[in-house]
Amino acid sequence: MISQFFVLSQRGDHIVFRDYRGEVPKGSAEIFFRKVKFWNDDEAEEAPPVFNVDGVNYIHVKVAGLFFVVTTMVNVSPSLLLELLQRIARVTKDYLGVLNEDSLRKNFILVYELLDEVIDFGYPQTTSTEVLKSYIFNEPIMVDAGRLPPLGPAAMFMQGTKRMPGTAVTKSVVATEPGGKKREEIFVDIIERISVTFSSSGYILTSEIDGTIQMKSYLTGNPEIRLALNEDLSIGRTASSSYDYRSSSGGGAVILDDCNFHESVHLDSFDIDRTLHLIPPDGEFAVMNYRITQEFKPPFRVTALIEEAGPSRAEVLLKIRADFSANVTANTIVVQMPVPSYTMRASFELEAGAVGQTTDFKEGSRRIEWNLKKIVGGSEHTLRAKLTFSQESHGNLTKEAGPVNMNFTIPMYNTSKLQVRYLQIAKKSKTYNPYRWVRYVTQANSYVARL
Amino acid sequence: MAPTAPTAAKSASPSQPSGKSEVADLKQQLRQLAGSRAPDADDQRRDVFKRVISCMTAGIDVSAAFGEMVLCSATSDVVLKKMCYLYVGVHARNHPDLALLTINFLQRDCHDQDPTIRGLALRSLCSLRVPNLVEYLVSPLATGLKDPSAYVRMIAAVGAAKLYHISATACLDADLPAALKALMLSDPDAQVVANCMHALQEIWTLEAAKSEEAAREIETLYSKPVVFYLLNRIKEFSEWAQCLVLELVSNFLPSDNNEIFDIMNLLEDRLQHANGAVVLATIKVFLHLTMSMTDVHQQVYERIKAPLLTLVGAGSPEQSYSVLCHLHLLVMRAPMLFSSDYKSFYCQFSDPSYVKKLKLEMLTAIANESNTYEIVTELCEYAGNVDVPIARESIRAVGKIALQQYDVNAIVDRLLQFLEMDKEYVTAETLVLVKDLLRKYPQWSHDCIAVVGNISSKNIQEPKGKAALIWMLGEYSQDMHDAPYILESLVENWEEEHSPEVRLHLLTAVMKCFFKRPPETQMALGATLTAGLSDTHQDVHDRALFYYRLLQYDPAVAERVVNPPKQAVSVFADTQSSEIKDRIFDEFNSLSVVYQKPSYMFTDKEHRGPFEYSEDLTNLAVGAETTENTISAQRYQESDNDLLLSTSDKEDNATATSNGSSASTYNAPSDLSGPSLLSSQIPSETSLINPGAPTYSSQSNFSLDDLLGLGVPQSSAPPPAPALTLNSKPVLDPGTFQKKWGQLALSLSQECSLSPQGAALLMNPQSLIRHMQNNYIQCIASGGQPPNYKFFFYAQKDGATAFFLVECIVNTASAKAQIKVKADDGTAAEAFSTLFQSALSKFGLS
Repeated sequence: MISQFFVLSQRGDHIVFRDYRGEVPKGSAEIFFRKVKFWNDDEAEEAPPVFNVDGVNYIHVKVAGLFFVVTTMVNVSPSLLLELLQRIARVTKDYLGVLNEDSLRKNFILVYELLDEVIDFGYPQTTSTEVLKSYIFNEPIMVDAGRLPPLGPAAMFMQGTKRMPGTAVTKSVVATEPGGKKREEIFVDIIERISVTFSSSGYILTSEIDGTIQMKSYLTGNPEIRLALNEDLSIGRTASSSYDYRSSSGGGAVILDDCNFHESVHLDSFDIDRTLHLIPPDGEFAVMNYRITQEFKPPFRVTALIEEAGPSRAEVLLKIRADFSANVTANTIVVQMPVPSYTMRASFELEAGAVGQTTDFKEGSRRIEWNLKKIVGGSEHTLRAKLTFSQESHGNLTKEAGPVNMNFTIPMYNTSKLQVRYLQIAKKSKTYNPYRWVRYVTQANSYVARL
Repeated sequence: MAPTAPTAAKSASPSQPSGKSEVADLKQQLRQLAGSRAPDADDQRRDVFKRVISCMTAGIDVSAAFGEMVLCSATSDVVLKKMCYLYVGVHARNHPDLALLTINFLQRDCHDQDPTIRGLALRSLCSLRVPNLVEYLVSPLATGLKDPSAYVRMIAAVGAAKLYHISATACLDADLPAALKALMLSDPDAQVVANCMHALQEIWTLEAAKSEEAAREIETLYSKPVVFYLLNRIKEFSEWAQCLVLELVSNFLPSDNNEIFDIMNLLEDRLQHANGAVVLATIKVFLHLTMSMTDVHQQVYERIKAPLLTLVGAGSPEQSYSVLCHLHLLVMRAPMLFSSDYKSFYCQFSDPSYVKKLKLEMLTAIANESNTYEIVTELCEYAGNVDVPIARESIRAVGKIALQQYDVNAIVDRLLQFLEMDKEYVTAETLVLVKDLLRKYPQWSHDCIAVVGNISSKNIQEPKGKAALIWMLGEYSQDMHDAPYILESLVENWEEEHSPEVRLHLLTAVMKCFFKRPPETQMALGATLTAGLSDTHQDVHDRALFYYRLLQYDPAVAERVVNPPKQAVSVFADTQSSEIKDRIFDEFNSLSVVYQKPSYMFTDKEHRGPFEYSEDLTNLAVGAETTENTISAQRYQESDNDLLLSTSDKEDNATATSNGSSASTYNAPSDLSGPSLLSSQIPSETSLINPGAPTYSSQSNFSLDDLLGLGVPQSSAPPPAPALTLNSKPVLDPGTFQKKWGQLALSLSQECSLSPQGAALLMNPQSLIRHMQNNYIQCIASGGQPPNYKFFFYAQKDGATAFFLVECIVNTASAKAQIKVKADDGTAAEAFSTLFQSALSKFGLS
């Protein structure tokens, strides 16, 4: 039973505020905001998504820099509320095309209208964009999506939030476009977030892929869709995989540890031909989530060295090699390395002829940062940095610095080799031929090299 | 149609409305628009309404415009209507008379052709929350429940619950619950069914406090026909309503195992749902249904691992967190089952700190012989982390693993390496750990002392770390060459030492050192006691005074108090009682799991969820049950705190209160003339106080309880036991145990049974060991893999030297135990066996 729902800006302004049951004392939004801002001042810790102040439970998620919050007085399922909050954010985005403070402020009346249908007296009702359509009367006011380039298959991956690049499709699901007619199209994004930890000797300690097949449908009339995946896809690693040499040699087969599916997916023929049948609901949703711990070839090799170079100096060498084909380009690469806390200055030396690379020494957080606009497959890049310390370094420098962390996005590349073999849309007429976009992207979740 | 451009421009960014003048302005505009028939009047109204609601959102009081808003509400524009109803819903309670004006429109709309309008009107009507208007609600609600449109019925169902909150009698008199029930069991629309369930649960749980009939009605919700009816339709429900159904099913008590398997097979595919809430609700059903079937229960653990880990990876950090909290609960219950999944709990760079903390705790719990090396290596990486709180937690985790392992060589080395890292917080944390480690493994003292001795106390500012170092200086002063001089220099800086905790430790450490190396410490002791006696902190002052009088009374006694022979701590107590843990487990998939507290600790009675209510009701004595729980929880915590004290401290307590039955022998008193050393330095004021016996004992109680600054309440009285009472702190070393076991004849051999809950709880030997320890039966060795565990226990008759030795083989699958008892005193074997069995059978029961 939800008592209240509200959205706060980063500064704590109310953007929408809806009280469903009138049982929470006044000022809850302020109490929440103060608590989140000053959770643990000394240790600069982040507030957990769920906490209790004076008997009121506050549950929140952060989306697009905004706080989506519900309060409740009862002992409910935290997952239910967190999922619901994410869903409300997603439905809102389906309506507004872009979800940010500006679009919410412009459309707050529409959001109130949505909230009335999504939650009644604190009980979740429907969150289906499609069902909601018939009860929503406000037209979304579109905001300028910024400097977004026109829709194109690869261009979309240039923007978007860190976690969900494929969501940069900034078109409202419900609004009619200025041109009049709606374009019939469907986007299928295979998004893989990879986590790799390299030991100091370059050996892979842990590796994991968290993948999502995400769909966003702008098709009218909800035709049935068949989505075929790799035929040799298998699910469930046996517990004995540690001595199953075939599985780790990367023989080509894609082995998922586990996966889950959206409500609308029918798995009737999945066991036979690895095909998913579904009637996609309007808007954006995850068709399937999967997890892979089978070994894979990491897209980047990272080498990092720190060496003493005099009594109060040290030299850092960072090297990145792109281990993928030359027709693929990674972009927005950030390499960070914490340096000893007594570092005063850092001077950098980029490789000869470096283009689109910048370096920085972040004094506050004591780390060096190396930004690269893009890295072409097969290439190698190096950065040298000279550190000056305020005191003589003592002991082991490798214990004072690192680990190196890397962030990147690689469009049209997927680490797991999971493929969409085909995407079939049930035809309504001979001329019906909607646009289909199948896009792959790999992102770093936690890409760490130890010193 | 989009809002008109020119006016919209002004309202488009209603970021900071300016308060009072704004409201007056809005009122003015509304008044002008009220009767307007201009073609664009609705657009203008929309614009003004928008600004009103924008002000309302920002927290500005716009209730003054109520009348004007109502006047403008006569419109056919749906968007306008909705805005108006939103406003009226918020402010109606303060303007009941004016709210009456809206009733007409609403009632008329309740009969509109369009179901959307009917639904909207009905929902708004029920949301007014004005008692005077109840009479206008009942008939539209009753009609609404029979409306041909599912949308309207859905709204009417929730409306019934709203009505109950405004006026319970109106709702019951109209017989709405009966109508809801009929609808719940027959409506073709799943959301209508779900809303009826919501409404019924809410009405009946609140009503159950007054009427038994309502209590019975709740029971019918969990009855087999209802549960199976809902389960058969589960796929029709929205994911949110599925959670509701699953929660209800988890309260259902199946009559036989076939029913259990039917339900589980039916729900199996829900574990593959992309919505974490559905998966967790399903898991709760599985866990609760299989509580009595140990094998299946374990299989469930195996089955749910993969889906949970997938959910952790799939969602936003917030969603992952909630799932991880549940995983954490399961890991803590059955660490062995997760020992091969340790890599899944490694911290990732991008994890927020609240996630990392959970992962560290899980890594600590699942560390065992097979994975400790890898886990500790990983944790050591985090110790140098830039994220200082996490680095600290990691060091603590390494220490905890060391305390729970049999083979700690390697870990001790790692800990000592931390000290070489020369980072202040690392050193401080490590010192605390080394101290705990020494309390459990005194055999490591030489290695540790060598390293600790090199640490300068000047480099440690953190009170906890400093206190630990001082404790070691006092405890091992005979092995640390410089100890008296380091302590002396610390005493010299007494004034600069801000932490009372450190000063308390300093007092005790100097005392300890004094008895070990009197000539070198004599000066320091005098200075310490003087400083302590003039300390402004009450505890420090009292402890100094206590030591002073103790020395004056008899130095031999003083030595026995501060330097008794110490026994290694075998198990550091868990901070949470098993009863509380079980309670949290019962409340799986709720906030209790995230807070790691049962719901009674954070919700007030009137807001307990429907399910908690029902539990209470089946026990009838509602109030009593809760208080009883709280009390027992406190009692548990007390005894836990008691366990937290090392044995040495307990012995201190025992000696001081002079009713301890400790079996250990004390060292021969030394012939020191303590008091005379001090006489010159003690202020005359204190020496005037007559250290009479009563003062002495109460003082000692007070200050000794806090000897280690643990803030422990007075040690709790031992629980009453049957005829045979056991010594609460028997001492028997493994060698003697083995010898005795070989020498003594078998007194008894029996088979007895565990409770099914106990068997389910026995995922690792520690849980039983702790339980038996609470019953004064100590474990000397344990081992085995599920389902078979073997334990060797011993106990000692209170006030006697006779020991009882037990070999106990437990099979968790059959919930049976084979026990063999050997006793020094064969005549008491029978009584002891009864005691042992009763303790064993209580394992797992709260």
